[in-house]
Amino acid sequence: MKRRNFIKNTMLGAITPTFLSNQSLWAMGNVDQKLLENENVLVVIQLNGGNDGLNTVIPINQYGNYKNARSNIALLENKILKIPQSDLIGLHPSLKNLATLMSEGKGNIIQDVGYPNPNFSHFRATDIWHTASNSNEVLESGWAGRLLALDHPNYPEGYPSSKYPDPLSIQIGSVVSTALQGPLYSMGMSISDTTNFYNLIENADEPVPNTLAGKELDYLRQVSKQTNKYSETIKAAALKVSQQKTYPNLSLASQLKIVARLIAGGLKTKIYYVNLGGFDTHSGQVVTTDTSTGTHANLMANLGDSIKAFQDDLKFLGVADRVLGMTYSEFGRRIKSNASSGTDHGAAAPMFFFGEKVNPSYFGKPTSISASVANNDNIPMQHDFRSIYASIMKYWFCSDSVEMKSVLFQNFDTIPLVLGSVCGYVTATEPELTGTRLKAFPNPFQETLNLNFVAKGGQSSIQILNMNGQEVAPEISEEFEAGNHQISLNLSHLQSGIYLARYQNEEYQEVVRIMKK
Amino acid sequence: MKAYGPISHEKFTSTFDDDALKHLMRRTLIGIKLEDFRKFSGQGLDQVINSIFKESTSPAPPVNHYESTVKDTTGVLLGQTWVNSTYGDGTINSRRRQSLKSWWLQQMHFQAPTIHEKMNLFWHNHFATEVNVYDDARMGYMYLSTIRKFALGNFKNFVKAITLEPAMLNYLNGNQNTKTAPDENYARELQELFTLGKGPNSKYTEEDVKSAAKVLTGYRYTRDPLKSYFQADRHDITDKTFSSFYGNKVIKGYPGDFAVNELDELINMIFEKEEVSLYIIRRLYVFFFYYDITPEIEANFINPLAKVFRDNKFEILPVLKVMFSSKHFFDAELRGSIIKSPIEHLIGTTKLLEPNWPIYESFINEYYLLANDLATVSDRGQQVLGDPPSVAGWPAYYQAPVYHEIWINASTFPERTKFTDNYISKGYKRNNQSLLFDPISFTKKLKDPSDPVKLVDELTFLLFQIPISSKLKTKLKTDILLAGQASDYYWTELWNEAMQKPNNNNTSMVTSRLKSLLSYFLALPEYQLI
Repeated sequence: MKRRNFIKNTMLGAITPTFLSNQSLWAMGNVDQKLLENENVLVVIQLNGGNDGLNTVIPINQYGNYKNARSNIALLENKILKIPQSDLIGLHPSLKNLATLMSEGKGNIIQDVGYPNPNFSHFRATDIWHTASNSNEVLESGWAGRLLALDHPNYPEGYPSSKYPDPLSIQIGSVVSTALQGPLYSMGMSISDTTNFYNLIENADEPVPNTLAGKELDYLRQVSKQTNKYSETIKAAALKVSQQKTYPNLSLASQLKIVARLIAGGLKTKIYYVNLGGFDTHSGQVVTTDTSTGTHANLMANLGDSIKAFQDDLKFLGVADRVLGMTYSEFGRRIKSNASSGTDHGAAAPMFFFGEKVNPSYFGKPTSISASVANNDNIPMQHDFRSIYASIMKYWFCSDSVEMKSVLFQNFDTIPLVLGSVCGYVTATEPELTGTRLKAFPNPFQETLNLNFVAKGGQSSIQILNMNGQEVAPEISEEFEAGNHQISLNLSHLQSGIYLARYQNEEYQEVVRIMKK
Repeated sequence: MKAYGPISHEKFTSTFDDDALKHLMRRTLIGIKLEDFRKFSGQGLDQVINSIFKESTSPAPPVNHYESTVKDTTGVLLGQTWVNSTYGDGTINSRRRQSLKSWWLQQMHFQAPTIHEKMNLFWHNHFATEVNVYDDARMGYMYLSTIRKFALGNFKNFVKAITLEPAMLNYLNGNQNTKTAPDENYARELQELFTLGKGPNSKYTEEDVKSAAKVLTGYRYTRDPLKSYFQADRHDITDKTFSSFYGNKVIKGYPGDFAVNELDELINMIFEKEEVSLYIIRRLYVFFFYYDITPEIEANFINPLAKVFRDNKFEILPVLKVMFSSKHFFDAELRGSIIKSPIEHLIGTTKLLEPNWPIYESFINEYYLLANDLATVSDRGQQVLGDPPSVAGWPAYYQAPVYHEIWINASTFPERTKFTDNYISKGYKRNNQSLLFDPISFTKKLKDPSDPVKLVDELTFLLFQIPISSKLKTKLKTDILLAGQASDYYWTELWNEAMQKPNNNNTSMVTSRLKSLLSYFLALPEYQLI
């Protein structure tokens, strides 16, 4: 988030002679504050209600087990969309526009993001995602609010200023998300809905009662508008953009259209939150006669079509390089479908990132589905959502590890979800360690489980989870040097059954099934 | 607009429903307490009028809360009242002024559901004085006691009492008004602002001001002991002649202490003019109804009520009862048309969304300081209790053409929202004691808090005088209470769990959602209207 990180990183790069001849160094000589300012923008799309990740990103490598676990809602194999990121998975048929972006190298997938000990309440799970707390901890401030407070500790005192004339973050929706709540004050402003936005720029208003109260209300609204510190800058930014690409008439698209307009209009706002609701598909998520249609399919189309239109518009407006988009939901849904053609609250789910600068990869492995799935079986997490926040900070806002820790309170592994060049990291693809890097033995085990893993250096973490995603043993999280390591865990306290051992080292992660006798 | 129904002072005979009750309570009380609303709901108009239009019991006077910061050297102990003590010094006096303002705020917040407290505010605006000017907290308390005593009593007696009030004798220079150097200040305002006004038929002359000033010579006050008195040797004993407006009346000069009869004659002479009753009813109308007095309203409402006022020998209570039971008062056109004054905004918030106060007996200082913190909220909104900007009171009640719109500008409106946000989200703290609003205990008192639709409906009913669009209600319900979910059940489940098995998690989730919802509502322009 800070300029100095960018400078620091660039200077490190400058040690290599090739870089010396690069024009960037010439630019460094004529330090232009504006050039050095990280102008990157994050657009967060919240999928309210708990998106069914398994019908969003389908593990086609285990199609049989997938079909078996949810026969009444399973998508037909031949309808699932293939993407170049991985041939082990495919996308929901209605995500065709997102699949196009994927094949253009403008998107990536992070498989099965969650956190230990998942919570199944919408409210609580949403708060956990927004505050970036542990599952059992209540925090008042949000991750993005804390992030913005790093550079703006005194906000709102003295804001807007000549240096920061624009809102630090914007929520499209009536209430600013908890994610944008700073340590003391909300770091965001809300544009309560799309109608209000157009009312603002067109000086139109909601009707008032036809009484004296209406006359006074009219007056109050006028003043209220004048006193919204940011309404003028927002209006001015919006009015700078006279033409946009066509957007489909979808609720998400209309929100993203405003975001594109404000970014292109020159707002220095760093973070936008927008919403798409309706993912709480307990029943009737598909039309059973054609599972590629129905509620969830409409949501997928809304999502994919809106994102594609947004991305096209950003390109048209010439600001696409500065924008990173992300989708998340407070939780995924159960592996097994229920009898009413729906799915109940679950645990981990995939996230999408999109933009010109994304690292167009597939992070993780297809969700593993066994041949016999129990009703309550959940999708185990492969990535902690706070690792994703840490990665956004590191690779998009160029934060350093001290800042990352002050926002997220712990060190989390990061994955290069955008191109390293954005924050001056060496972009050369590192030699991929092939094959599996985690071995658990004996398996089944009785008391002691040995884990053999290959680290490439940096932070590594090991978790033992039950099938509901709950941690059942203390997590190991420390720096392991590059090379082979072996640790022994005493798991005598566990009951017999199936568990998961999860290993993560930076972007690499792996989950293996283990069985206690 | 201006679609009034029949403008009549006759009694309102349509259904007296909760909406009408809410209108009556908002206009006659400073804020509505939920319990009071519940108590009145379902009662008939007469019954409610009889409850609201009566005097409240006299409150205990303000006390020394400041002992730990500033020692009171006049012998007043912590928790004892200073109103009857000696002046002390400037430091003590400034603490007492804080005590007085805080105390006044407490009276407003804890007022019984009668019009008394709001009438105190009305008369403070009418017979305006500034503590800042006479700078003696005890005089301020004495002045407020006079206002409280006559607020619903006899207006003519009130005028005489306020004329001799030490605060007024200081503020409008009566103290300096002598036969050798007459000071016309009070004589002018007595007619121009306090009794006759500046209406087209109020044709007193400059000579009348001079003659009245002569009548008023010799009235003085002392600070220790604090009282007013008449000093005959400063009084002008000549005969005072008035203009044709007063029928060329001559008030004969009386020698010595008999001169006090002249004051009664002066007041009688002024009260002979019908204009007095018209002016006071207009002032009440602007303060309580709306600022715009159309010719129809003047003819069909102000005039008949002025007659009621005169017929009742200037007794205030009877005419108020007629005003507030009238067809015109309940006219739909008038409802929600007044922009809250800063005090109404402040107390309206604290009365409905009641905070927890520190235990008075153990934390007198913190109790007073927290009430004072609230009072400063009104200061920032440009209404300083005890210190209106001039003898004319607050411009919102006289400044054409803007009137109450003057309360709202680019600086005061954000202050209002800053207060409501802060009040709801953080509350106020003094020395580890806090004034804290608890959204859960408030919401528990509502009829059906587990049903998000009914919860939003009841809240909007209680918070707003004019309806909020159902689109916005649904949106806020979904965005805030349901965290974006479609099914109302999620709120119901969360609320019920937080009631039955409260823990950190569910309590914090319910609390934060209720806080968001209330903050949103209280920031709406609609919340500024009563």
